[in-house]
Amino acid sequence: MSDMTPKPNLSPSVEAQGGIGSAPVPATEHDDHLLHDDHHHEHHDQHWLWKYVFSQDHKVIAKQFLITGMIWAILGGTLSSLFRLQLGWPEGSMEWLTPFLGKWIQAGKLNPEFYLALVTMHGTIMVFFVLTAGLSGTFSNFLIPLQVGARDMASGFMNMLSYWFFFLSSIVMFSSLFIETGPAAAGWTIYPPLSALPQAIPGSGAGMTMWLVSMALFIVSQLLGGVNYVTTVINLRTRGMSMSKLPLTIWAFFLTAILGILSFPVLFSAALLLIFDRSFGTSFFLSDIYIAGQALSNQGGSPVLFQHLFWFLGHPEVYIVIMPAMGMVSEVLATNARKPIFGYRAMIGSLIGISLLSFVVWAHHMFVTGMNPFLGSVFMFLTLIIAVPSGVKVFNWLATLWRGNIRFTAAMLFAIGFVSLFISGGLTGIILGNATLDIQMHNTYFVVAHFHLVMGSSAFFGLFAGVYHWFPKMFGRMMDEKLGYIHFWLTFVGVYLVFMPMHYVGIAGFPRRYYAWTGFDAFSQFADLNKFISIAAIIAFLGQFIFIFNFFYSIFRGRRATQNPWNSTTLEWTTPIEPGHGNWPGEIPAVYRWPYDYSKPGSEVDFIPQNVPYSQTHSSNLPYEQDMAE
Amino acid sequence: MNPQPELLSEKEVGLGWHPKRVVLILLIFSIVMMFAAFTSGYIVRRDEGNWREFDLPVSLLINSVLIALSSASMQWAYASARKDEIGRLKTGLGITLALGLAFLVGQYMSFGDLVAGNTYFGGADANPSGSFVYVLMGVHAFHLITGLVFVAVVLRRALNYQVHSRAMLSIGNATLYWHFLGGLWLYLYLFLLLNH
Repeated sequence: MSDMTPKPNLSPSVEAQGGIGSAPVPATEHDDHLLHDDHHHEHHDQHWLWKYVFSQDHKVIAKQFLITGMIWAILGGTLSSLFRLQLGWPEGSMEWLTPFLGKWIQAGKLNPEFYLALVTMHGTIMVFFVLTAGLSGTFSNFLIPLQVGARDMASGFMNMLSYWFFFLSSIVMFSSLFIETGPAAAGWTIYPPLSALPQAIPGSGAGMTMWLVSMALFIVSQLLGGVNYVTTVINLRTRGMSMSKLPLTIWAFFLTAILGILSFPVLFSAALLLIFDRSFGTSFFLSDIYIAGQALSNQGGSPVLFQHLFWFLGHPEVYIVIMPAMGMVSEVLATNARKPIFGYRAMIGSLIGISLLSFVVWAHHMFVTGMNPFLGSVFMFLTLIIAVPSGVKVFNWLATLWRGNIRFTAAMLFAIGFVSLFISGGLTGIILGNATLDIQMHNTYFVVAHFHLVMGSSAFFGLFAGVYHWFPKMFGRMMDEKLGYIHFWLTFVGVYLVFMPMHYVGIAGFPRRYYAWTGFDAFSQFADLNKFISIAAIIAFLGQFIFIFNFFYSIFRGRRATQNPWNSTTLEWTTPIEPGHGNWPGEIPAVYRWPYDYSKPGSEVDFIPQNVPYSQTHSSNLPYEQDMAE
Repeated sequence: MNPQPELLSEKEVGLGWHPKRVVLILLIFSIVMMFAAFTSGYIVRRDEGNWREFDLPVSLLINSVLIALSSASMQWAYASARKDEIGRLKTGLGITLALGLAFLVGQYMSFGDLVAGNTYFGGADANPSGSFVYVLMGVHAFHLITGLVFVAVVLRRALNYQVHSRAMLSIGNATLYWHFLGGLWLYLYLFLLLNH
């Protein structure tokens, strides 16, 4: 695919050493002029297996994450199309799906247990495998070393492990789709006791076990990746790249990784306790349960405890999903509006604010668990405060666009779409953050509509913006813009047509996770609306294949990219068009200025890359910059 | 083209720590979060009632002393490495390994004492209070095994004269991790002592 350029010879003269690894170590251990480098596998003729499969190059690993994520996204989207078929045409025959679904179609109807499994797997796949691993795994890996000016991640080996743990986790989750009792079916939040009792429903059996094993592997992958991202940002920034000169993408990835390091271990704890409850007879989450008239021996457990542990991860998780998208959107908006991002420091501050607040709002998912109303109002208060940093970001994005010299590239359209979806979805967050309103809306389609807009679709738009924008750096070719426009409009209109009506049926009380609603008079009036949502969802999903085609076609046949196709200021565009392992063939450029010198008054060009010193830009320097130039 | 190897001196200073030190500290934070989840879950669960009190075996106190001693010997090994006293370094690491193993055996025997006191991990007679004790001890023991592997690796390096006053990174990291594991156990012991 890439990598046709001659490789820099990176064989290290001094082997980096450290405590955790096990490589034999020369005596020159201590810091200072020690190179940090794990590239000793890098020889001129590498076996393809080491170059493309077990690669330690962050760019190859990023592509592995991206393509695995895309496969998962297709699967997750297919599952949603299946349950939208059921919701849109509850009386319709699904006989024609028998060749694909086999025994899950009974007498022309979708098996209700399988419907639950579809919903569960759709959520799990989209939240974890696509929007966590596929989004931050791809772009943190790809952009952090390139934008901070490093040859690779702090530990290429750990980075490779991170992908392969994700791969293993994917294999386990994927296999669970094919077992006899079906995949996990307790919802992506896997609340006990439904998930804790293997005999409860078919999906609580082997499918649930595999779900837990898969998630444990996934958490290991996230930790290995996150630790690497943070270390790279802290230690491997090039000369001059102070924290206040970092592109906002890097700030977003950095804080996302910190959130992951602090919140995923808590999910691991919860999963471990759940595994013990399921398989080792403990009662952490189980108490006073009767199944078919039989009392279980489990005593003293608390299912609400699981919810606390789960949402302590679960809430930061939604910011793990959205913050990388926010960072990339900031970058794409500034580049294509040819304007500095409005309020650079406020953008960093709001990211930090969101990160801190994300840890203290988890119980707003649990207003109906019978919690103390006082506690509920504390969480409500903290939740509503998140509107402040979110509002700062939105206004800054809008102010960046204001009177910009906007170039409507496909990436830019998706970035603007992101802002639109984030506003639409964010506003309903204010409604749901209110305990009193949430108690009414809880578990209705209003919630589904809210989080699909604000975190699901928005994060997808960030992902698309990122792929269209950085595709030239990834593959040395451009994606087709026309197909990009078609893809954008289908998706953008599709998303609104799908989720706007959901708010409406949600307010009317239409419940989530119901296989059939035809038995309820109150909901039957929404039959047409449901059909409409289903048609829109399936068309929007099919529209994604335009993107898939564009992506793979452009890898091989796309127009060749130039060095800096978007006239962007950040460091990744100073590398060769197809950078080899090590990123820069010569020295790593030093950085002199912030990443948003677009349309600077007095400058001859409308962008000044970060590695251009002030001594070369006398015409546009501000007085204090002029001082630095001399 | 003869690219320069990436020198840390070409980099921004950052926190001034070696990347591997940063990795270790981040991993320690993730372990802290895991135990924070367990112990806060313990408190939340206890406050909901239906909580069986249990006796902590005395053997845990002996184990705590063992692990505190192992931290001391690790520190001694570290100080010896600084002063290039390689013989003492090896002895210190050896003692640390032995005490660490003794701690693990001691924890295993404490499981027996817990069972003898009718505190069970699972089954019909178990209560989450007891199960939590096993989980806390077990997960800590798992991390202690990783710490032992780490110390063993450093010992092997020390035997090859690869650890000395100008090569302190690996033993520095191992010492940090070992102290963390010791401190973590003392926290858990104190926590159980106050909250059983």
